[in-house]
Amino acid sequence: MQIIEKIEKEQIRLDYPEFTSGDTVTVYVKIKEGEKERIQAFQGVVISRRKGTTASFTVRKVSYGVGVERIFPLNSPIIDRIEVSTLGRVRRSKIYYLRKLRGKAARIKERRYR
Amino acid sequence: MCKGMIGRKVGMTGLFGPAGEYVPVTVVLVGPCVVTQIKTEANDGYNALQIGFGNKKEKRVTKPLAGHYRKAGSQMFEYLREVAVDSPDEYKVGQEIKVDMFKVGERVNVTGKTKGRGFTGVVKRHGFHGGKKTHGSHSHRVPGSIGSSAWPSRVIKGKKMPGRYGYETMTVRNIEVVDLRPEENLLLLKGTIPGAKTGLLKINKKKF
Repeated sequence: MQIIEKIEKEQIRLDYPEFTSGDTVTVYVKIKEGEKERIQAFQGVVISRRKGTTASFTVRKVSYGVGVERIFPLNSPIIDRIEVSTLGRVRRSKIYYLRKLRGKAARIKERRYR
Repeated sequence: MCKGMIGRKVGMTGLFGPAGEYVPVTVVLVGPCVVTQIKTEANDGYNALQIGFGNKKEKRVTKPLAGHYRKAGSQMFEYLREVAVDSPDEYKVGQEIKVDMFKVGERVNVTGKTKGRGFTGVVKRHGFHGGKKTHGSHSHRVPGSIGSSAWPSRVIKGKKMPGRYGYETMTVRNIEVVDLRPEENLLLLKGTIPGAKTGLLKINKKKF
């Protein structure tokens, strides 16, 4: 059993800043186009985080009036870096209710503490 | 070249590939195996290596077998298996074979014993669809008719029926070697492999 845990531990990335649901983050994703590799940014609100060996997080943004959500595996090597722009104060860990809200109602209160 | 190895299934996990894809892997503890006997065409009619794997206390091994093991060294083995070999003269009795005989990206065939499922019904064992669950039906998971009446007035041989399922030898072919860890004797194979954790596996190189 320890062998499996060791292999899984090797893959955990420790270079991320702390962030939770409600925070606005920018995820820089490596994209391969043929030979070239470029970095694409995806900015939005973190609406869920999943733990475990296949940990992931969901980022939601509204692009041209259309809601876009991307699920990133937390330890994926395609993520170049994550930047936290604002901290949000929300009461639950999964803020899926944000999907039903538009405009002013979809704002999230800012959090001053860590 | 030796064409196979024996190992023990450790469990499953996943690894990220270079493009960010998540690859499910089975971790197998392979070897180190020790050559206990060399079978040659001249002497035995075929070429093979008899290899030992695992540790056993000497008092748990029968004396004739312990004597056989002692020819290869002081270790007592849990398992003895034969693997095919091209030229047996490359090997000596007592020589160690390790995981590094495999390469990353290579395809292998893996033989194991599937998990025993005991006496199971026809839905689980043979994939029958079963009957209706509702609408007044009483035949939920039954096999239904097992043959015709007046002729042949018996059940045809080989009819799929309930019975013992699992604990049979199964080979999965063409499995990719995802990673190798020679210092820990680990082999990481893509996907699932028959058998329970700690089950014995035989890993053979693909025949071309």
